[in-house]
Amino acid sequence: MSTVHSAPVSGPATLEPLDAAAYRKDFPALNQSVHGKPLVYLDNAATSQKPLAVIEAIRKFYLEDCANVHRGVHELSQRATEDYENARVEVQKFLGAGDSSEVIYTRGTTESINLVAHSYGRTHVKSGDEVLISAIEHHSNIVPWQMLCEERGAKLRVAPINQAGELLMDEFEKLLSDRTRIVAVTHVSNALGTINPVKRIIELAHKRGIPVLIDGAQAVPHMKVNVRELDCDFYALSSHKMFGPTGIGILYGKRELLQKMPPYQGGGDMIASVTFEKTTYNTLPYKFEAGTPNIADAIGLGETVRYLNGVGLDRIAAYEHDLLDYATKAVSKVDGVKLIGTAREKASVLSFLLEGVHAHDLGTILDREGVAIRAGHHCAQPVMDFFGVPATARASLAFYNTREDIDRLVQAIGKAKELFG
Amino acid sequence: MSDLRDLYQELIVDHSKRPRNFREIADHNYFAEGFNPLCGDRLKLYLKVDGEGVIRDVSFVGAGCAISTASASIMTETLKGRTLDQAQSLFETFHTLVTGPQDPAHAGIHLGKLAVFAGVSEFPARVKCATLAWHTLKSALHGGETAKTE
Repeated sequence: MSTVHSAPVSGPATLEPLDAAAYRKDFPALNQSVHGKPLVYLDNAATSQKPLAVIEAIRKFYLEDCANVHRGVHELSQRATEDYENARVEVQKFLGAGDSSEVIYTRGTTESINLVAHSYGRTHVKSGDEVLISAIEHHSNIVPWQMLCEERGAKLRVAPINQAGELLMDEFEKLLSDRTRIVAVTHVSNALGTINPVKRIIELAHKRGIPVLIDGAQAVPHMKVNVRELDCDFYALSSHKMFGPTGIGILYGKRELLQKMPPYQGGGDMIASVTFEKTTYNTLPYKFEAGTPNIADAIGLGETVRYLNGVGLDRIAAYEHDLLDYATKAVSKVDGVKLIGTAREKASVLSFLLEGVHAHDLGTILDREGVAIRAGHHCAQPVMDFFGVPATARASLAFYNTREDIDRLVQAIGKAKELFG
Repeated sequence: MSDLRDLYQELIVDHSKRPRNFREIADHNYFAEGFNPLCGDRLKLYLKVDGEGVIRDVSFVGAGCAISTASASIMTETLKGRTLDQAQSLFETFHTLVTGPQDPAHAGIHLGKLAVFAGVSEFPARVKCATLAWHTLKSALHGGETAKTE
């Protein structure tokens, strides 16, 4: 059996170059052939592969520690509760949050945003008010706000982008008004890879006393995020995009805001006491965690964070920066390729068109060459409309990808040109 | 066999690059719009059917991948001069062809150019691309306005 990088690794990560080839061994799913060719997995923005340590942590829970949390006096329940709560503390430290009660387990980024739109939104957004988002949001950071605005008679404002896919900060600033009740923007665009200047966005909004939600789904797998340095009010993320299990995510929220917010769902675990006359809600974070939670995957997420700490997000960011640069140059060189999304600050994503070959055909052809990418609108149809295309091909990187993966991608694009030549 | 050339046969590539009957019919009497919300493919289908129920003219406009464009193009070629009943039965035949496995009962049916889509059955993710135009046809003939495949 190959060596597995076990977590946690003690001490701060140094910025020694990251050896992707060595880390690949930690991800069993990468080691397979697809249609007779070694797999090149470049669909990380959709979901990432999982390291063996995470798979084993989930397996251990079901094999040895399976019990409900916060209820039982028995040994298994205590073990489950301890691991479940330790995972929350791991996430707290990972995000630089001040307190673990500010870390709420959800099903994922989408549910995290819905929680805020529902709970914070419904108590603060009234008729004639405004919610401000950007033009490069994923549907999950558009639709919950649209639903809220429709219900409340409020207006959804959208800050525009330029042809490179960068947010126009002057326009953004102009759209902040006395009626703006919340700003919700993505940290990194899933369709284009643009890194939004979230720190500046938060500063500008805070000057007017407006809280800011950051959709961090595409940021946390690629860069160090510190919610207190950013000073964001809410930060949403999904475990499965950062090498953790599916079905679990996080909403970070500032304590003073969360405390004032009403529960999102009612049920078990979110209550302190119930009579038919009156229910007293539980304290944070449990007020927002109704019902038996996704215990196994929360524990899996905790292990994921330990694993990522071992690799080091700063090293990951530096490595991926180089790799994206290599990929951008290599793919741009192919005759007929047009990149969509050319922001100066980018992470992970290479969205492109190939002249004469529709993105879906390209996706099928690349798949037969063993190269997994996404073809489509990437749940960001307004972005596609802005660039006037129905779909793009999107290769998205993770730290386990290598230059060889990029070379295989370029070869496979060549194959598509041959077929359609 | 699932070689890429089985899917992207010369005829399919040709029709995707130069779709036939790619125009509107101003005096159409049947029309429907088809779209696939997952991939953004869309097309508008126009038919001109005479009093005897014979398709005199049929055309389409829209944007989509090679499979959906070629399928629409070859469909229009196939339908011209056929009766509405024949069109309905061709829909069934085509559907069986691309969703495979091959039914021996259909072995005797003359598929003509449609046979180039046999390879689609080996690519389950692309079946919806191949059938979009045909679902739109069905929708047009049954008085619907939009058809969806996803």
